[in-house]
Amino acid sequence: MAKIVGAITTSHIPGSGRAIANNLQEDPYWKPFFDGFKPVHEWLSKVKPDVAVVFYNDHGLNFFLDKMPTFSVGAAKEYLNADEGWGIPTLPPFKGNADLSWKLINGLIDHEFDITTCQKMLVDHDFTLPFKLLWPNEKECPVPTIPVCINTVQFPLPSAKRCFDLGKTVGEIIQSWDDDLKVVMIGTGGLSHQLDGERAGFINKEFDTAFMHSLIDNPRFATQYTIEELVELTGTQGVELVMWLAARGALPGKVKQIASNYHIPISNTAAGMMLFENS
Amino acid sequence: MSEKKVIFGTTLFDGTQAQKGYELNAMCYSFNELANREKFKANEEAYMKEYELNHEQAKAIRDRNVLGLIAAGGNVYYLAKFAGILGLDVQDLGVLQTGVTKEEFKARLLAAGA
Repeated sequence: MAKIVGAITTSHIPGSGRAIANNLQEDPYWKPFFDGFKPVHEWLSKVKPDVAVVFYNDHGLNFFLDKMPTFSVGAAKEYLNADEGWGIPTLPPFKGNADLSWKLINGLIDHEFDITTCQKMLVDHDFTLPFKLLWPNEKECPVPTIPVCINTVQFPLPSAKRCFDLGKTVGEIIQSWDDDLKVVMIGTGGLSHQLDGERAGFINKEFDTAFMHSLIDNPRFATQYTIEELVELTGTQGVELVMWLAARGALPGKVKQIASNYHIPISNTAAGMMLFENS
Repeated sequence: MSEKKVIFGTTLFDGTQAQKGYELNAMCYSFNELANREKFKANEEAYMKEYELNHEQAKAIRDRNVLGLIAAGGNVYYLAKFAGILGLDVQDLGVLQTGVTKEEFKARLLAAGA
């Protein structure tokens, strides 16, 4: 039986890609951010997941406004990173597992999540950087991935509740598989930040703290808010917290927090990270 | 339909903005490719014409006016690629939109964590 071994949620700040490229992990500005991942490295080397399902949001590399799916699932043998236009290094291809992707796709449609299927998909920093944060010593991502992209570019965005339910359904589907697989959920985005408008630089520590705490034993807390309310509370890019909801939603039953980190600011962002497993 | 929520200093990139900004965002999307960035740098006016930017969009590009680009339908995820051409990071973008110095902007961010 396939087992969901845990969920890791993290910010995906482009600047951290530059910091990695320049070996600034011990730099006083970056250290509080990178140090937060150390317990996650230990956990990953102990648990050794076989596959990662990654909830993320494309930032205008794979999808343009001509076609903007709300939810899309990758079904490729590999996923390529590419030039995003502002100079962070391009990472090597990420292995996929098309058979598993299709099993997930079939399951999601059976459960009335009518997702878009992508046999070719470029993945940008929000997908790629977390792997550099989670497996810093590996040249290539050590596990095959199933990308699940959630639209945060063009409104209307799917509700927080819908994203949580998507994750929950992904979790239920995977646990129904006969495959002997250890699956880790990854959600990348947030926490509070806003890049655009006169409100640029907005950060909300109080809400982020409450949100992170809620994920332990009241994970539907943030689903009480509309997307517009979440923009007000967390900033226009803070709504990326829906990736955290999806990843956490996939965990069955009660969970315990294994690690957590929160640091302001990295770039324009309140950087957060959490690791959960079932208790 | 529920009423649109008004949030200070914030434009939700909805269907209205997506229609208004399509050409501008298409141009910025093209900046994913180095060859296109070089082509734009070599002749900005010709490149904007090729992408059929309207007067408001072209003016905002010429003026490096980030708030103007947003008002003209620009989406920050695509505009970030234009910022990349200019060598601006996200804090520089914040400075351009809030009218404070970079030091003040950084101090605000730090204060948010206090």
